[in-house]
Amino acid sequence: MAWEFLTVYWREMIRFVRFRTQLFASLLQPALWMAFFGVAMSSNFNRFSSAIPPPPGVVPVDYLTFMAAGVIAMTTLFTSLFGGISLLFDKNWGLMREMLASPMPRTHIMLGVSLSGMTKSFIQVTIIMAFGLLLGVQFFPGYPATRITLAVLGIFAFVGVFSLGFLLFSSTISMRLESPEGLQGIITLLTLPLFFVSNALYPIQAFPPLLQVLSVYNPLTHLVRGIRYFALGTDFFAVGAHYSYTTTDLLISFAFLATFAAVMYFVARWTFQKAVVT
Amino acid sequence: MRDLEHTFDDFAAVRGINFTVRRGEVFSFLGPTGAGKSTTINILTTLLPLQKGTVRVAGYDVAREPGKVRESIGIVFQDDVLDRDLTVWETMEFHGRLYAIPRDERRRRIDDLLRVVELGPKRDERTKNLSGGMKRRLQIARGLMTRPEVLFLDEPTLGLDPQTRMRMWEYIQGVNETGTTIFLTTHYMEEADLLSDRISIIDGGKIIVSGTPEELKNTLGEDVVYLETGDDTKARETLQGVGEIRSITESPRGLSITISADGSRCLPRIVEAVRSAGVGISSVNLKKPTMDDVFVHYTGRELRDAGA
Repeated sequence: MAWEFLTVYWREMIRFVRFRTQLFASLLQPALWMAFFGVAMSSNFNRFSSAIPPPPGVVPVDYLTFMAAGVIAMTTLFTSLFGGISLLFDKNWGLMREMLASPMPRTHIMLGVSLSGMTKSFIQVTIIMAFGLLLGVQFFPGYPATRITLAVLGIFAFVGVFSLGFLLFSSTISMRLESPEGLQGIITLLTLPLFFVSNALYPIQAFPPLLQVLSVYNPLTHLVRGIRYFALGTDFFAVGAHYSYTTTDLLISFAFLATFAAVMYFVARWTFQKAVVT
Repeated sequence: MRDLEHTFDDFAAVRGINFTVRRGEVFSFLGPTGAGKSTTINILTTLLPLQKGTVRVAGYDVAREPGKVRESIGIVFQDDVLDRDLTVWETMEFHGRLYAIPRDERRRRIDDLLRVVELGPKRDERTKNLSGGMKRRLQIARGLMTRPEVLFLDEPTLGLDPQTRMRMWEYIQGVNETGTTIFLTTHYMEEADLLSDRISIIDGGKIIVSGTPEELKNTLGEDVVYLETGDDTKARETLQGVGEIRSITESPRGLSITISADGSRCLPRIVEAVRSAGVGISSVNLKKPTMDDVFVHYTGRELRDAGA
């Protein structure tokens, strides 16, 4: 086993810590979403949804808690989609030639970058959860410490595999593009449908049929489902909709994300093997 | 013999190049921008795929064993290929780890090399704060870290001030003395002349002539007299008759006169002839052939005109 990808990872993390503005922006942005969008929306949504009483025996969940899972997912999506941009800069500044001319297998470049992107997502997710709890997000209701630990690990597993898929996707795009503006354009184009045709901010149960079908094939939907399963439990009521998850639902979602990541891995590997950068 | 042999054919930028670099020598590609120097280096260093021909570097086939080639070479790129936000030490450490040099060995080499290129005190400085010469020295140190058999230097002194350039030349010679084969590209005549054991002049994707600097200069075998006069045209007419003169070219800066015999013996007669025709002389200069002249001779143009 060759461990050179750790070298790429090491450098990516040095950069992450060293670009102060980028570091603080990436940590602050999700917190701001929670603080402003979350609090503002929840005061509205809670008013509407109180009109629909939860079925007897089902735990009601307030909007802030409901959307916190969505903010975690959205942050992971953004960070991962932008994760490949360092490859684009490496390429444009000629730095990639050093790696490509070295004996290190080329797949290690994308593995190192992906691993660092994943680490960044883990840090962000941790911050959102901690900040959310301060704002009054009721994750892990009444769970004992061991169950909380397991739930956090479960969330990390979902975030990890989801971010891996999108990081590899982003790396592929970065290797094929010339300009950061191009990547930015593609990301903007992708985030809107991915984010809004998902269950991140509202239930998909009330979507028109077409959007419902689309949302089922949206990786973000599966990530949010995984996070809610671990953070809120298998049976709860939020925004006028009743949610109940089975273990099978959870495994299907995870398998969906894992498949997505695997496909992206092969696409990225193919791109890297062929890459000519001078 | 583990010499290097390279053959290219039908390349867009490089059109049919054949050359062999001997182990332990400094070999230069001399030519203007766009001549195909960087393309060649990119192929030799496996960054560009080989389209046609056969290339062996350090005994390994570039197309079939790129991994082996990559392990055997060091590269100093033309532009400053340094991560601005890494420190000097981190830059070296990163490179050493890319080549999987074991930790203790790696750290020892970093210390040694930083001392050699006099960057020891700067080890914790970010590379963006280094001067141009320091950056280049760091890149040379980095290129040497893996103890390559062949070190590729793409325009190693481009954009450096004369003093720094001379220091770089000393480093390069020092590296060569330890047994490293050096493949250099440059468009500076004096650099190729001073450093190289052998030179190939390349232009338009083709090797025009190859040889040691002395051989190349001797093929001209001609001394040149530069003359600035009050009336170049009249002086030129007057000089047509002088026997040893092979050709005269007129330029805004004066006349350059190629002489088939020893220039220093011809010079008084040239001066006399021009004077007696009533033309005043403001400057006389005798030059033995330089690489510049060699280049002009073989390509028909001056290097600085040929470049972009």
